[in-house]
Amino acid sequence: MASDSDRRERGLGRWLVLAIPYAWLVVLFLVPFLIVIKISFSTPVIGQPPYTPTFDLSGGIAGITASIRQLVVDNYVFLTKDALYWKSYLSSLWIAIASTFLVLVFSYPIAYGMARAPRAWQPTLVMLIILPFWTSFLIRVYAWIGILKKDGLLNDLLMALHIINQPLIILNTNWAVYIGIIYSYMPFMILPLYAALERLDNTLLEAASDLGSPPLRSFWQITFPLSIPGIIAGSFLVFIPVTGEFVIPDLLGGHTTLMIGKTLWDEFFSNRDWPLASAVAVVLLILLVVPIVIFQNQEQRRAEREG
Amino acid sequence: MKVFSRFNLASIILGLAFLYIPIVLLIIYSFNDSKLATVWGGWSVRWYGALINDGAMLDAAWVTLRVALISASVATVLGTMAAVALVRFGRFRSRSLFSGMIYAPLVMPDVITGLSLLLMFVALGVARGFWTIVLAHITFSMCYVAIVIQSRLVTFDKSLEEAAADLGCPPFKTFMVITLPIIAPAVVAGWMLGFTLSLDDLVIASFTTGPGATTLPMRIYSQVRLGVTPEINAVCTILIALVATGVFIAAVVGRRRELERQRAEQLAAAMP
Amino acid sequence: MARTAVGPVRRKFAPWNDPAAKPFIEFRHVTKRFGDFTAVDDISLAVYEREFFALLGPSGCGKTTMMRMVAGFDEPTAGEIMLDGKNLAGVPPYKRPSNMMFQSYALFPHMTVEANVAFGLKQEGMPKDQIATRVEEMLKMVKLTPFAQRKPHQLSGGQRQRVALARSLAKKPKVLLLDEPLGALDKKLREETQFELTDLQVDLGLTFVIVTHDQEEAMTLADRIAVMNHGKIIQVGTPAEIYEQPNSKYVADFIGNINLLEGHVVSAAGGSVRMDCKGTGATVVAEQELQAQAGDTAWFAVRPEKIAVSLAAPADPSVNAIEGQVWDIGYLGDISVYHVRLASGATVKATVTNATRLVERPITWEDKVWLSWTRDSGVVLTS
Repeated sequence: MASDSDRRERGLGRWLVLAIPYAWLVVLFLVPFLIVIKISFSTPVIGQPPYTPTFDLSGGIAGITASIRQLVVDNYVFLTKDALYWKSYLSSLWIAIASTFLVLVFSYPIAYGMARAPRAWQPTLVMLIILPFWTSFLIRVYAWIGILKKDGLLNDLLMALHIINQPLIILNTNWAVYIGIIYSYMPFMILPLYAALERLDNTLLEAASDLGSPPLRSFWQITFPLSIPGIIAGSFLVFIPVTGEFVIPDLLGGHTTLMIGKTLWDEFFSNRDWPLASAVAVVLLILLVVPIVIFQNQEQRRAEREG
Repeated sequence: MKVFSRFNLASIILGLAFLYIPIVLLIIYSFNDSKLATVWGGWSVRWYGALINDGAMLDAAWVTLRVALISASVATVLGTMAAVALVRFGRFRSRSLFSGMIYAPLVMPDVITGLSLLLMFVALGVARGFWTIVLAHITFSMCYVAIVIQSRLVTFDKSLEEAAADLGCPPFKTFMVITLPIIAPAVVAGWMLGFTLSLDDLVIASFTTGPGATTLPMRIYSQVRLGVTPEINAVCTILIALVATGVFIAAVVGRRRELERQRAEQLAAAMP
Repeated sequence: MARTAVGPVRRKFAPWNDPAAKPFIEFRHVTKRFGDFTAVDDISLAVYEREFFALLGPSGCGKTTMMRMVAGFDEPTAGEIMLDGKNLAGVPPYKRPSNMMFQSYALFPHMTVEANVAFGLKQEGMPKDQIATRVEEMLKMVKLTPFAQRKPHQLSGGQRQRVALARSLAKKPKVLLLDEPLGALDKKLREETQFELTDLQVDLGLTFVIVTHDQEEAMTLADRIAVMNHGKIIQVGTPAEIYEQPNSKYVADFIGNINLLEGHVVSAAGGSVRMDCKGTGATVVAEQELQAQAGDTAWFAVRPEKIAVSLAAPADPSVNAIEGQVWDIGYLGDISVYHVRLASGATVKATVTNATRLVERPITWEDKVWLSWTRDSGVVLTS
């Protein structure tokens, strides 16, 4: 027999459980985006903050309207004019697509091997794959510097084996960036692939074999199509963050490596041009919003389906 | 007919080798006696000694540790609430927005998140430093926690909560006394995930930091850009060892619990 | 223990009785071990062409392992398996002329019904138009033509079963192996499908081997049944033979209901076995060829429906008769089950059809009654 106060109390409790995280995310995730958008329409100035106009509520409605009139689209125009930017966007997208594909190619055999391994090994294998993921991203990228540089370990090894005479220039080129991305993002592809492959019903493969399909054909006709949800999930987990990746191109890439995440960082920290950096961020966000929404829809639906 | 072929075994071994060799090399060179990071000068622990005397590094480690502990803990609470809302509250208004805000940070490039938070702090006149980093870390960590707990809640047997309610237990108490203890491993996993993400974050911390709040990744990054001594390797090795120990302990504890549960079930089944 | 065929079988088809007939599937001293565990223990068995053969037994008796060895998913540890005169050793499943219908149906979830049924034909390299015709034929046979474009998750359990059947028959295999084919269906559907399956098998002229733990299923579908336990075959025979002439307590008990009266053999010669029933002072006779010595421990097995219950002792001296007291009566509408306690303390169940209405029957609780059955109604078992 719930009294009215009981019901109100329960309602309040439920409301809070939703409202608190909701409010947090709105304030600390959504609002910042709106601010970025606003600042992308501002002009850089010397001072604190280094842009104008600033929305000052003390001016009242009139003050705000005046501020709005000061907004410009100069930053966006600049982005279209200066080759550096649209080349960076394209280069980032291209590197992201290519590395997603490469990560997939390298990760698939590993995930497939894991799924077919004896049951008893699998938790250990999963832990071994996850362990590097828990280790610092920065550390792992740094490790590659020591390997890939001109007097680094890889060159030492290749020269000692007389495979090459001159050291290979790998560090500070796009090659190093690809290696770094593949290395860092492999766990993100392996785990969803493994989850999808592990769930595969083995009797389907027996049925295919029984009906005359040799093992390799069964793989392409049965296993691969049914692993596609894992491929898609893993691809999103790689493609979207890689597009805006900063650490890898910064530490492993060279002057010719154009990635938008690095461009944004330089714009912000080196040039101190906040409005332009904001515009760069907004355009990047627009480029990624479609994949992000698709990813979010897929994952939400998958979570519901598995319930 | 699950055939574990030589190709499968080779793939796993090569894959693990690829993942671990750089880390192993890093650790080996932390014991390098030579100052040059890639010329081997013999075994030595001098860099670990240098580390102890490196005030800036130790400060950064301390800052990082505090940030990680606080943000992981708050993020776990918020993330659990968010997961409960997503799984149990059905289709409420603006659920898609909420869900979008939970999933988006998982893939959002760090530079965008970092930039947007910094700009907001500046616009609101919030002094940047330790606490702004904490706020930023809580924000993205809670999303990861929410995903981990959501997937656990989805397979949770609701009839347990219904039974508790039937016996007179109010909802909040049911959650604390029934649900939470059962999903505890997922909550712990979420906390560990939040802790690691915070420990590891470079980009967002760089954007949202202020004077006096240098995190370890920031310090490592600046050292790497300036030119490295194997002291960096020593720091990295210690971090790796800590994380590996944590993961290993978690795995062992998990296995032991699982075995105990199985044994208990077997004993129960064997009883007349 | 030679047995004569009991009664007419389902159809005039009994190649196992023909000494000139060659077996179609043959197990020759086949053993299969998984580590320490012996799943199949030195089994030799012959299945003839056009037979509907059932492997019947509880979980873990080895029946599924035997079928999987024919299909090629497991190789025997020892012995040979011959199919149509060819040794199957080393031949992978996708090269064998057998097809299997899986217990879980194993329909490919990402393909339509049509694509599922066509799968095996595509592997053979059959030309596209021929595939289309054959698929149409199969779907018509299982009455699923309107569902050709549906995916498995859009079908009911019974429909999925029929897709699995169509898919496994599409290649017109020499042997169709069925793993618990009716297990997942509800009772009504199961009964309908049982007759469809047997009709199909006779029409197509194929050899079917089914694996089941359900004795009703085996009795209804099969021409012959092999009752298995712990990796060994206990008895092979037609349903009537297995039911009326079980060779062991295990088989007698596994199929249907049985009464087992313990005692000792008095004499066993000339096609007739006499034994005394412990504690009752009565002797019973079975018309049976049995190798046994006087004094051997034995059990008399007689089915409840073969036993008549009467207040007066039966007049015919050639009929087996034992005295007892009615302990309990179970009224099941069409039949009544009398639980009669003998002087030895053992309880015998006798089922009597309620041909007349309840009030008119004279036997009630605690009445002293005579149980009687003819000499060819039961068998003496020594194991």
